[in-house]
Amino acid sequence: MSRRRRRGRGRGRRVSLPAPVLALAIVAVVFFALPLIGLLWRAPWSNAWHYLSGDDALTALRLSMVCSLWATGLSVVFGVPLAWLLARVEFPGRGVVRALCTLSMVLPPVVGGVALFFALGRRGIVGQYLDRWFDLTLPFTTTAVVIAQTFVAMPFLVITVESSLRQFDLRLEDASRTLGASRWYTFRRVTMPAIRPALAAGAVLAWARALGEFGATITFAGNFPGTTQTMPLAVYLSLETNPEEAIVLALLLIAISFAVLVGLRDRWFGRIDRPMSTVAA
Amino acid sequence: MPAVTGDVTVFAAASLTAAFTEIGDAFMVENPDANVTFNFAASSELVTQIGEGAPADVFASADLSIMTKLTDAGNNATEPVVFATNLAEIIVGPGNPKGITSVADLANEDLIVILCAPEVPCGKYAAKIFENAGVAVTPKSLEENVKAVVTKVTLGEADAGIVYATDVIAAGADAEGVATPADINVVAEYPIAVTKEASNAEGAQAFIDFMNSEQGQKILASYGFLAP
Repeated sequence: MSRRRRRGRGRGRRVSLPAPVLALAIVAVVFFALPLIGLLWRAPWSNAWHYLSGDDALTALRLSMVCSLWATGLSVVFGVPLAWLLARVEFPGRGVVRALCTLSMVLPPVVGGVALFFALGRRGIVGQYLDRWFDLTLPFTTTAVVIAQTFVAMPFLVITVESSLRQFDLRLEDASRTLGASRWYTFRRVTMPAIRPALAAGAVLAWARALGEFGATITFAGNFPGTTQTMPLAVYLSLETNPEEAIVLALLLIAISFAVLVGLRDRWFGRIDRPMSTVAA
Repeated sequence: MPAVTGDVTVFAAASLTAAFTEIGDAFMVENPDANVTFNFAASSELVTQIGEGAPADVFASADLSIMTKLTDAGNNATEPVVFATNLAEIIVGPGNPKGITSVADLANEDLIVILCAPEVPCGKYAAKIFENAGVAVTPKSLEENVKAVVTKVTLGEADAGIVYATDVIAAGADAEGVATPADINVVAEYPIAVTKEASNAEGAQAFIDFMNSEQGQKILASYGFLAP
């Protein structure tokens, strides 16, 4: 517990960076900050409350929250075992499988949506049987939103957790096993605590990605208020008619993500760089 | 008409992509020293881009009200002229598998009907048609642009949608159109104007004149556009 309180260690310690490194770092910060400042600068502050209190905005926000949390949950449930498989099990074609499972990160978003149609749509490889046998059509449903978000978000979790598992000192697991712990017990009590910071970081990254997801969602799930219109879709459509409203909605989305990223960073991210054995101890 | 020279940058509605590309080529044959480049996107997006200082000489919109946004902001150098019109149509899969013959059929809850969002022109037209026909349709999705409606119908994921006649022609064998009766249909008008900040106003006007020439209108007609 005392260790946990000492978060943000290193803060205030005097470090001197070489001037060129510092200059480049500052350029990078400005590069990220400037567009955000632009939004704040153009935001219609006097009407902000009017736009935020609208039913459409609240409906979209609620849907975004529910779907992104589901997507994060599914990413954890399936992503941790996948990361574990990729990190620990030697099998032929492992590199190919790893690339396959992270491909959705680089796929142009709309292509991702169309690919989901080909897989799970009414005419899709699997989707046609869902439609025929169970009368289940996924596209244009809230489930489709969760699927699209999970599809693009899970790789962030898998990559983070896998790299943590690779750094993990296997002797700790061996020790646990030698002391008579079962495989499952070792996984829960030794491995899991060690990768928890990475798991948290990966989950937050995946959540942030799911929250901002646009292309695959609008393609595979469509856009309908209350069922599939998430915040990014609402923002995009209001840009067509009411750019002021779009900016306000975008800022709300940014504020929420920012709060979560800042809040969680102090709690979890800061501990990632520590040697895994210390965390486990 | 003396040949014009220099770069002419045309900002045009996405639904004009194929027709304008061909017209641009024909224009450059007539004016070998001119170079036409295009920026195709949703009309509303283009107006925003022009307002933010994007370098456009010509703006062609898929909707009169969006052109009004340009003129209201004082960003036009010439009065907009309508150079083409387009009709709304029901789009269905090849062979019309659900046997849709009228706008009233779209009210069937078992069908997956998708429309353009009310924020974009094709969505406004769809709403108007349903109003004219006195039909209540519950769409499964409100797409951000007309091409997204076409894609989902051609992929077989949606049963029907409301798009432009030109979109059905462009979809070729992947889709079929069901014409809407003239008394309930709406006509989309496409206006074009030279922008205020045009760096090649002469070239811009020449391009617009070419659009309204016999040759330009013939190319537009081959893509399903109607004369104004």
